[in-house]
Amino acid sequence: MTSIGTGYDLSNSVFSPDGRNFQVEYAVKAVENGGTAIGIRCKDGVVLAVEKIITSKLLKPGANKRIATVDRHVGIVSAGLVPDGRHFVSRARDEASSWRGTYKGPIPTSALANRLGGYVQAYTLYSSVRPFGVTSIVGGWDSEADLPVDGQVGSGPESGAGGKVKDAQAGGPGLYMIEPSGLYWGYYGAATGKGRQAAKAELEKLDLTSGNLSLADGVKEAARIIYVAHEDSKDKEFELEMSWISSLDGPTKGRHEEVPKDIREEAEKFARRVLEGEDEDEEDKGQAEGEQMEE
Amino acid sequence: MNHFPEAWGRPRDDVYGAYNSSYLQTSGPKTHTSSPAVTGTSVIGVKFNGGVVLATDNLASYGSLARFTDVKRLRSFGDKAVVGFGGDVSDMQYIDRLLESIDIRENYSTHGNMLNAKNLHTYLAKVFYKRRSEFNPLWNHVLVAGFDGEGEPFLSSADLLGTTFSAPHLATGFGAHLAVPILRRVFPDEKPIEEISRDQAVAALKDCLKVLFYRDARSLDKYSIAVITKEGIDLKENEQLEGQSWAFAERIKGYGAQTN
Repeated sequence: MTSIGTGYDLSNSVFSPDGRNFQVEYAVKAVENGGTAIGIRCKDGVVLAVEKIITSKLLKPGANKRIATVDRHVGIVSAGLVPDGRHFVSRARDEASSWRGTYKGPIPTSALANRLGGYVQAYTLYSSVRPFGVTSIVGGWDSEADLPVDGQVGSGPESGAGGKVKDAQAGGPGLYMIEPSGLYWGYYGAATGKGRQAAKAELEKLDLTSGNLSLADGVKEAARIIYVAHEDSKDKEFELEMSWISSLDGPTKGRHEEVPKDIREEAEKFARRVLEGEDEDEEDKGQAEGEQMEE
Repeated sequence: MNHFPEAWGRPRDDVYGAYNSSYLQTSGPKTHTSSPAVTGTSVIGVKFNGGVVLATDNLASYGSLARFTDVKRLRSFGDKAVVGFGGDVSDMQYIDRLLESIDIRENYSTHGNMLNAKNLHTYLAKVFYKRRSEFNPLWNHVLVAGFDGEGEPFLSSADLLGTTFSAPHLATGFGAHLAVPILRRVFPDEKPIEEISRDQAVAALKDCLKVLFYRDARSLDKYSIAVITKEGIDLKENEQLEGQSWAFAERIKGYGAQTN
């Protein structure tokens, strides 16, 4: 980079003459090396998935989770520096709990993303701190039903003022991605980390905007996309970690949960089958890798 | 001329005497709730072969006024345990939110919420004891029902002082006087809980609720009942007492609408 040595990249919160904040850009570089993480917003839920590169054979398979739950209805997956991601999740949990303290109910996914965006942005402003080395995907389901207020004991009057619009739709899936700059957008499909380009290309093919993709199909697609994104770093073994949040009448009843083992394995089988179909030459190699994954 | 500005415009000490500021106490005893406001009455519970039943009525009284008649006083903790609350309703709501936050936090671990009813009871008793030691008690008497670490049915009480007590059948409030003798007669000490069926336990609690409705002026014939088994919690919150007979009331004389 030509900017190196100009002195504008030495401290946080310092602009270069052409309006860039180099510390933030370096944080983005840290993210670009992390394992691919994606999120898909389906019509009846949200799927999160991450490619967990196995850095040592001594690590217990299935342990060291990378997707975390916030409150009951939100999941967060990050790409980049893992400890930064942990701190980010910790802050998200504090925000969700403080929201409950004030409003006696679960924090809407949009409000959580907003607060986390503000938090991350504050880490670009001071020379005493560095920006977050993660881009995080926040997926959640806001209840479509009237939830009781926390601690509510009665059902209230059966008739009265109300003020509710009949048949109005409330709640639904939410998916946001927060970058080291604090920038966040809502997405139909989000991808970050090493394989984000390939993953984004696959996400765009899914036609998520029409809102036709079901959660069950979303899980399969998420697994496939992580496998596609892994193609460029095939020499490294990886584990697929997936979680989902469904509508209240779906499999997780509005909660964020790990995708059950059988469904995940089914999705991985699907992913491998599709990949092998595309790439006959690599068949043997893919098979061998698949067997290792099932441990 | 007084050179202390804070005294300007005030009644002069040489005319009116020194100002008596003793009533403007900034120190002095800190005050706390010293009596409950909106209250729920008895909670009753029985262990049976493979589980525990818990029941309360749905009334919250404001003094002697039957203020709220659809109050759910059985609160479930995850899918593991049920807490039945007697006493102050706002303190119950506080504890309910506290337990909600614990359940959320426990579920952050990979294993989910591993706390059983026994753990929950220990925790609640300590919360009660801490608060009473601060002279700021949570004004409740609770029954905690579920399973202990060995998977055996668990039923225990904790009160506003932090006192704990366990028995195969328990009742708080008025029920401690009216329901416990009935339960002791139906399920005597010699009878092991393995010989008590779920239906027997539920029927006994319904009988107790009926007697309580007859004799406890702060009770209601709408009630909630929770059956906790290994399969999960079966909570019914809008039940009606059936088969009431007020014939005995005819013989009661000397108060109420009767004049002679």
